[in-house]
Amino acid sequence: MAVFNLTINKEDYKVDVDPQMPLLWVIRDFAGLTGTKYGCGIAQCGACTVHLDGTAVRSCSIPVSSIGTQKVVTIEGLSEKGDHPLQLAWEETDVPQCGYCQAGQIMNAASFLKDKPHPTDAEIDNMMSGNICRCGTYNRIKKAIQLAAKGGDHE
Amino acid sequence: MSNATMNRRNFLKIGATAGGGLLIGMEWLAACHPGASGPATMQTLNAFIRIGTDGLITIMAPNPEIGQGVKTALPMIVAEELDVDWKKVIIEQAALDTDKYTRQVAGGSGSVKSSWAPFRQAGATGRQLLVNAAADKWKVDPAACTTEEGVVYHKASGKKATYGELAEKAATMPVPKDVKLKDPKSFKIVGTSKTNYDLKDIVTGKQKYGIDTKREGMLYATIVRPPAFGQTLVSFDDSAARKMNGVSNVVRFDNKIAVLGRSTWEVMQAAKAIKAEWKDDGTLESTDDYKKNFEKTLAKLPDEPKRKDGNIKKGFAGAAKIVEAAYECPFIPHNTMEPMNFFAHVKDGGVELHGPIQLPEKARNTIADKFKFPKEKITVMTTRMGGGFGRRLMTDFIEEAVAVSQLAKAPVNVIWKREDDMSGGFYRPMALYKYKAAVDANNKLIAWHHHSVGVTGNTARENNFPAGAVANLQVDTHEYKSPVTTGPWRAPIHNYIAYSEESFLDEIAHSTGKDPVQLRLELLAQAKANPVGKVDYDADRYAAVIKKAAEMAGWGTNKPGVYLGFGSHFSFSSYAAQVVELANVNGQLKINKIYCAIDCGIVVNKTGAMNQAEGAMIDGLGHAMYGELTLTKGKPDQHNYDTYRLIRMREAPPVEIHFMENTIDPTGLGEPALPPVAAALSNAIFAATGQRLRSQPFIKHEEVFSMQKKTEV
Repeated sequence: MAVFNLTINKEDYKVDVDPQMPLLWVIRDFAGLTGTKYGCGIAQCGACTVHLDGTAVRSCSIPVSSIGTQKVVTIEGLSEKGDHPLQLAWEETDVPQCGYCQAGQIMNAASFLKDKPHPTDAEIDNMMSGNICRCGTYNRIKKAIQLAAKGGDHE
Repeated sequence: MSNATMNRRNFLKIGATAGGGLLIGMEWLAACHPGASGPATMQTLNAFIRIGTDGLITIMAPNPEIGQGVKTALPMIVAEELDVDWKKVIIEQAALDTDKYTRQVAGGSGSVKSSWAPFRQAGATGRQLLVNAAADKWKVDPAACTTEEGVVYHKASGKKATYGELAEKAATMPVPKDVKLKDPKSFKIVGTSKTNYDLKDIVTGKQKYGIDTKREGMLYATIVRPPAFGQTLVSFDDSAARKMNGVSNVVRFDNKIAVLGRSTWEVMQAAKAIKAEWKDDGTLESTDDYKKNFEKTLAKLPDEPKRKDGNIKKGFAGAAKIVEAAYECPFIPHNTMEPMNFFAHVKDGGVELHGPIQLPEKARNTIADKFKFPKEKITVMTTRMGGGFGRRLMTDFIEEAVAVSQLAKAPVNVIWKREDDMSGGFYRPMALYKYKAAVDANNKLIAWHHHSVGVTGNTARENNFPAGAVANLQVDTHEYKSPVTTGPWRAPIHNYIAYSEESFLDEIAHSTGKDPVQLRLELLAQAKANPVGKVDYDADRYAAVIKKAAEMAGWGTNKPGVYLGFGSHFSFSSYAAQVVELANVNGQLKINKIYCAIDCGIVVNKTGAMNQAEGAMIDGLGHAMYGELTLTKGKPDQHNYDTYRLIRMREAPPVEIHFMENTIDPTGLGEPALPPVAAALSNAIFAATGQRLRSQPFIKHEEVFSMQKKTEV
């Protein structure tokens, strides 16, 4: 057990947990932010994707002890009013079915669009193929990313 | 809030005239004094509708939402007949309430189909109440009043009033009988696109799923189960687990051990530290054992056929040609993205249940029977589910949660690890299908024999096409008993029958030199003109989707380097036909597109329906390509997504879907678009390579894929 000070969505959290506890479970069970989902626990499905200093990571496979001062952003903190271009594009495209994987999909896409504001279809395929959607909404996810990308650069 | 509460309540029941004798619970609540300056008051018009004095309309969504879109689609039906502005509608998920609602089920693609009539009735009754209230107030004839988007008008006098203004009075009016339903031609909400009601919450992470449930004093629990099907627990040592951080308790029940604690990860870690001894309590079977035993079983016919038309012996005796083939179906797990979980709190002689369940009523009945709680002491709240696909028709995970809460004397959320979820059973059953068909000298199909065995009660859908179109037809099935648990998996049995039968029809077409689409149309024409035995499908509607899909894909026009495969199926009272278009791009087989025509009657929510059909096709494609769970001595060989492959974005092709337009009452849609896709793909692969795929997953047919350099479909 050890005490860790984390910044999640611009708020400070102090947790006393096993240093090996994955960030996912600190976010969900200790910070109480349940928008980040558990899917596989081995970085294969992408449901747990969050940003560490702006870069998408699989929070299920990162021990809390490795976070340090890196800033954590979860789906709840992606935008102030739920108006990130991807969130708006997801709404316009009516992407989700069950919705469970979608936070991870959006977080993954948000990080990737920062580096590639105008991706090709093949680039979207490659960057998004680490995120599983069992409902099969892939075509709508792709469409929403294309829509958001058209809206301009993403910072 | 005394001026905003309700003080009178009585319950009435009215018959839903078109609902096949169903009763809708109509609950009446009347407020005594609406608040003049306080918050808006809510008037409950019936079990589905509450109207606020501020004009906001709350419509209840009684059916479990697993991603099939009924939380949006069913209230659209009520809103249509109630005649309100969709933007002012608030949707609330209803808890299990068998007094108020009749079919709180997510299964069998039946929500819209079975809710259509009673939900329209509920909306129309609400509308008539508001009209009657206005007419009474204005001393005019209700028949002279009209409504539009939440306002009642009396055009002759120029009077108008909003539903909000009329709600209090409406709640005191007698229930109108024989209310008039709208003509579908005048629908303004049904047939349009309304985005998923929970969309905003989903994209901002606010949406709660069962796994997110947390309460004061609640413990997380994870469970150690037998590692192989056919094993029982002998003993265990939990001394190391109990000493681990965050662990508060370990309890045993049945053949399982539950570890409880303050966080999910800590109990999952501690579960790994449990040393358990298991013993074999039955035959521990491996995948190859099933294959051998299935063959042995099919050496004989069962005592009674499932269906028998004419005489197949005579049919085969008169054959000019006989076609035979066997198709193998593997076990596959459901793999809902949200692993199994459930919250239970045993207290005060009853239990509170809260979580993802497709059959809340079954959950209550099962828990009442097993734990001897009176039904009225059991509450069930259904959460939005991270997928269902049939897995959440089971109640095993709820039984676990109740047992653990009872033993630990605490509210608990039992959460399954992905590994537990994948190896936890209730799989789509493994099966073997053997088909034999005879054609006469004129290439007419004169006999058909279906002979199958699987780890399930009935491997056939015996009244489905081509039954009805063949003079001599027999369907024989065997149940193979196994310790491996099986259950419904999206479009149960249909999902595999469609693949094997539609592939076999393709084999018949090719071996007789017939066009596969033409063969189906001929058979359907025969089933219409001269039906043999019981026929569940409408041959005209079936033929129409086949023709439409063929037309969409340009069937019959030869495009160099492009190969088409056809598949169609009737399930859940709906018709779906699909064409897979493959292209040979520099030696790689690639799906250009899948075309699909569907007839499910009236489409309630266009965007939702389109999403379901798109998803079902990609889901069906992915499982046909990659899905297989194998067993070694009763133990699943795959436990997580590193060894079990699900389809990913780069493998998902574009799809084009057409819904047939008609005014027939809606039928199933969550499942029917899935079954044809595997056949359409395998038939397209045959067209491209001459290789017939007779088992899934297709990815294992290296002989086909090695024909191409770096083939990826």
